[in-house]
Amino acid sequence: MNAATNKLPVELKGLSTRFGSTWVHRNIDLAVPVGEVVALVGGSGTGKTTLLRQMVGLLQPAEGEVRLFGEPLFAGSRAEQLARRRRFGMLFQQGALFSALNVFANVAFPLREFGVRDEAMLRDLVLLKLAMVELGPEVALRMPAELSGGMIKRVALARALALEPELLLLDEPTAGLDPDRSTGFVRLIRALQKALGLTVILVTHDLDTLAALATRVAVLSEGRILAFAPLDEIMTLQDPFIERFFHSERSQAALARGRSEV
Amino acid sequence: MSTQLRGARPQPAINVDGAGARVVLSGDWTLSVLNPRCADIRRQLDAASGAPAWDLAGVSRLDSFGALLLWRAWGRRRPPQLVLPEALESVFKRLADLGDASLPVEPPYRFLDATAHLGRLLLGLVRHLGHFVVLVGQLLLDLRYLLRNREHWPLHEMSANFYKVGVKAMPVTALVGFLIGVVMSYLSALQLRAFGADTFIVNILGLGIIRELGPVLVSVLVAGRSGSAMTAQLGVMRVTEEIDALTTMGVSRYVRLVLPKVVALTLAMPLLTLWGSSVAIFGGMVSANVQLDMSFDYFLNALPRAVPAANLVIGLAKGAVFGLLIALVACHFGLRVKPNTESLSANTTASVVTSITVVILVDAVFAILTRTIGLPYR
Repeated sequence: MNAATNKLPVELKGLSTRFGSTWVHRNIDLAVPVGEVVALVGGSGTGKTTLLRQMVGLLQPAEGEVRLFGEPLFAGSRAEQLARRRRFGMLFQQGALFSALNVFANVAFPLREFGVRDEAMLRDLVLLKLAMVELGPEVALRMPAELSGGMIKRVALARALALEPELLLLDEPTAGLDPDRSTGFVRLIRALQKALGLTVILVTHDLDTLAALATRVAVLSEGRILAFAPLDEIMTLQDPFIERFFHSERSQAALARGRSEV
Repeated sequence: MSTQLRGARPQPAINVDGAGARVVLSGDWTLSVLNPRCADIRRQLDAASGAPAWDLAGVSRLDSFGALLLWRAWGRRRPPQLVLPEALESVFKRLADLGDASLPVEPPYRFLDATAHLGRLLLGLVRHLGHFVVLVGQLLLDLRYLLRNREHWPLHEMSANFYKVGVKAMPVTALVGFLIGVVMSYLSALQLRAFGADTFIVNILGLGIIRELGPVLVSVLVAGRSGSAMTAQLGVMRVTEEIDALTTMGVSRYVRLVLPKVVALTLAMPLLTLWGSSVAIFGGMVSANVQLDMSFDYFLNALPRAVPAANLVIGLAKGAVFGLLIALVACHFGLRVKPNTESLSANTTASVVTSITVVILVDAVFAILTRTIGLPYR
């Protein structure tokens, strides 16, 4: 369905970020192949979310460039940039639903912006997207303020998927969800990723989520990418950060739980 | 999955074979390709919709938009003979699972609903008044507590608020006051000169500005400037749960947030009124000097004779009362904000509109109550 292009969905080249006088990233290179689920991990303050925001153009790196689908993020005319933006969807940590619009209007928003005018078609599409995230039509007319945390994330995911993106970026997808909901949400993302052939990049602290979702892990430490490999390979690396992050007893238990969910 | 480059994607095509018995689809059936030519495609689909056999083997890409178009053309069920690649099976399965799901229906609007709406508005007003009384009552209770426990006075917050609502409002008050003074003086001078009553400009400006215009003008400015800021600040603090955090630490929101604002504005407003009125009179004086050749000395000497000192007291008292009301109204609406953007904007608007209305209403009350005080020619 989402046919693979032979271009990398996301490529970072020599990317450096500076906040004030501190360098958060130094000369980062990262190439994410099609269909992979890449988890960005690192201690707090290592700029994981910053990296994610740079990928979608919310922040500009001090040096280096971000390439999406083989082209620089800000290349081309306005129309070309818009077309590029519509090939990815982002799920924000708090959902970022428009609080003035109800669930239906939130999911319909990107479709309307894209130019879908037929209301009957729009209604079916929105209900289909809601069904994809396992929500029934009865929530469609509720306002975001009336939804639980888990539902907000689902609606936000439905909105991110509205324009059939090839690339999905998730910022802490399971933060603020209880373990049960979090497991459900991870399963949902996994199922959708497989069904739609998505490339997914996620930032997470949650090792359950990491083990259940990620096909590759990028470890950020001291402003650079320490390693970019499947989880099993990462586990064999000798590094103080990786030791602390992945090999503590709690981490092992979480990873085992996550693996069993797949 | 194809590996072709974007931009050279195969266009969606519909081929009807054998007198409408078999339909062969090919190309990309995706949102980005289909939407611009949706009407055309739909017409072709409708024309072919009776066919029993559909062949989707040649479809290179199909997303839920394309699938939905086909699904609707088929009348929401699979046609009898459907050739479907394995990869596309899941899309149609999701559509079949969706069934005839439709949005919940909202009941139509009837006459009784209008009555209910009116009733809700009225009850809402009563609730507002109730909350306002609670706010004032709680403030008084907290004041009693503070009088006994001197060390709990939020003096830092008061001084910070005083600086924000008082000192920082001085430039804009001066600018607006000066211009209003110039305009009033200019317009009055034109009339007065026609009657040869030039000297009365001092009476008009003095009484008008000190007693009436100064306090009201400054109140309107402050309501728009500081009142809205107070509402928005409290509102955002509610959205981000900062107020709840304060409460869990045992800090009263009324003592720490409301009281400093109320005290600061009540103290700052008379001073701002004095400042605003002074600048307005200065503006009037400059204009009178230009228009009527009235010297500054004469103007300043005539002012105390034309305007009894009671008027200054009334003006400053009005300022204090208006400041108190603006701050209370702003805090009242700020604490009512619910955690969404709509509520924040609605309450900020309501705060400014209400405080200006209240200021003008109370000004009328003042005019009636003080009608025997400080007016020289009665």
